[in-house]
Amino acid sequence: MQYSKEVIDHFTSPHNQGVLSDPDGVGMVGNPTCGDLMKIYIKVKKDAKRGEIISAIKFETLGCASAIATSSMITNLAKGKTIKEASKITRDDVAEALNGLPPIKMHCSNLASEALVAAIEDYKKNK
Amino acid sequence: MNNKIYLDYAATTPVDASVLKTILPYFSDEFGNASSLHSFGRNAADAIFVARKNLADFFKCTDEEIIFTSGATESNNLAIKGVLRAYNKNKKNKGKIPHIITTVFEHSCVLKTCQKLEKEGSAEVTYLPVYTDGIIKVSDLEKAIKENTLLVSVMYVNNEIGTVQPIAQIGKLLTKVSAKREEKIIFHADATQAVAYFDTNVKRLGVDLLSMSAHKIYGPKGAGMLFVKKGTKITQIQDGGAQEFSLRAGTLNSTGIIGLGKAIEVLGKNKQKEIKKIKELRDYLIQKVLKEIPNVRLNGSRSKRSPNNANFSFSDVEGESLLLYLDAEGIAVSTGSACSSGSLSPSHVLLALGLKPEQAHGSLRVSLGKYTTKKELTIFVAKLKKVLEKLRKVSGEILKEYYSKKK
Repeated sequence: MQYSKEVIDHFTSPHNQGVLSDPDGVGMVGNPTCGDLMKIYIKVKKDAKRGEIISAIKFETLGCASAIATSSMITNLAKGKTIKEASKITRDDVAEALNGLPPIKMHCSNLASEALVAAIEDYKKNK
Repeated sequence: MNNKIYLDYAATTPVDASVLKTILPYFSDEFGNASSLHSFGRNAADAIFVARKNLADFFKCTDEEIIFTSGATESNNLAIKGVLRAYNKNKKNKGKIPHIITTVFEHSCVLKTCQKLEKEGSAEVTYLPVYTDGIIKVSDLEKAIKENTLLVSVMYVNNEIGTVQPIAQIGKLLTKVSAKREEKIIFHADATQAVAYFDTNVKRLGVDLLSMSAHKIYGPKGAGMLFVKKGTKITQIQDGGAQEFSLRAGTLNSTGIIGLGKAIEVLGKNKQKEIKKIKELRDYLIQKVLKEIPNVRLNGSRSKRSPNNANFSFSDVEGESLLLYLDAEGIAVSTGSACSSGSLSPSHVLLALGLKPEQAHGSLRVSLGKYTTKKELTIFVAKLKKVLEKLRKVSGEILKEYYSKKK
């Protein structure tokens, strides 16, 4: 499997890895059959100018190098964004930010964006 | 190999120094085509004759029963397709579909071959199940035998989990059954992972065909052989010249074959000593891992397994991640995880054992070899602990949570 340097970096030193003790939204996606499980925690703050922004974000992942790298990358991309902006992050954004993923691993990047959307949905439900 | 630790001997092995020395002259000095009638060819042919004899001595058969191939994958293909081709050539069998019995956890070259033959309508195939110990039951095989059973193909030692199949028992059963039949049932064993560690006397095993590869026993890649018992109804699948008693066309791979011959000679001299040494190391490894690492299991029978293999499943981590983290620490192992194989499903072998998908994904195959030291294993376990801790932190409790939500 040929991974980019960015994927290796995020995989070996993941960003925002951990839990949020008092999250405003939690999303978990994936299943053991395919081998990837991702959980994203978000904290949302109201910014006077921009509205609801993701002030804190953490992830936990059981999965391959791609799965860990894409989870890590998406937390980077989402942090500080508004809820609306974060909802629009696509799997291609994640893959691009990582300087590309092997084609068979694209589903991992898809999973990361799904996990984020699930966390945002959870936040909206609990508001 | 400096400060790197290689624990993937089941994947391949380094060429032994004496093997390398033996084959070097045959690249550029004695480079003749072994089929050529002149002295260049004869010199290569003479060395190949020696290699063939070495193999015949080791497997306890005659020279004419050793067919050189490019490796076990080709040998397995030749065994199955060659037998089928011979069967179909016989006018008596026109319109009949033969039956093949194999197992669910054969190497993919056997499985894919059988699946394709089924798809084409050329054969019916029964895949014997394995049980949680990773071993098939001879009684299942006996029940599966039909009137049109032509071939039984069972791997001697499974390459992923190292468990040992009852080959000699199967040989006895098939000899008994065949005695009452007009056409005998042909018995093939893929012995690739067994050659270094188990009895490979073909008479004692009762096999008609046996495959192996050089690169698993400190020989070069690209060379292997198929033992073909005299009288076995098999024909070539690679057409062309009349090499290998017209069973396998193609210029003989002199360096590969000579390397294979030397590797088997070296193995033969040290086999029992090596088995004892490696078994002790493997036991040390298994004990240490099971004792010092939480939430781990050994896959397959503890006792009926190859002296060099330990396959573990670690909970809450995935194999490719484990493998890459260990690789960054200079350690080479392999995994049954899907992500590492380029497919989306995990090891068919581990699933056949009854493992849950996440257990199959979180698996590691550690295979030792003749250069493995106790120190390497101690370092490996220490680094494994470190890596597991890191990856288990990354996954937290999400697997547990996933299952509790499902209830």
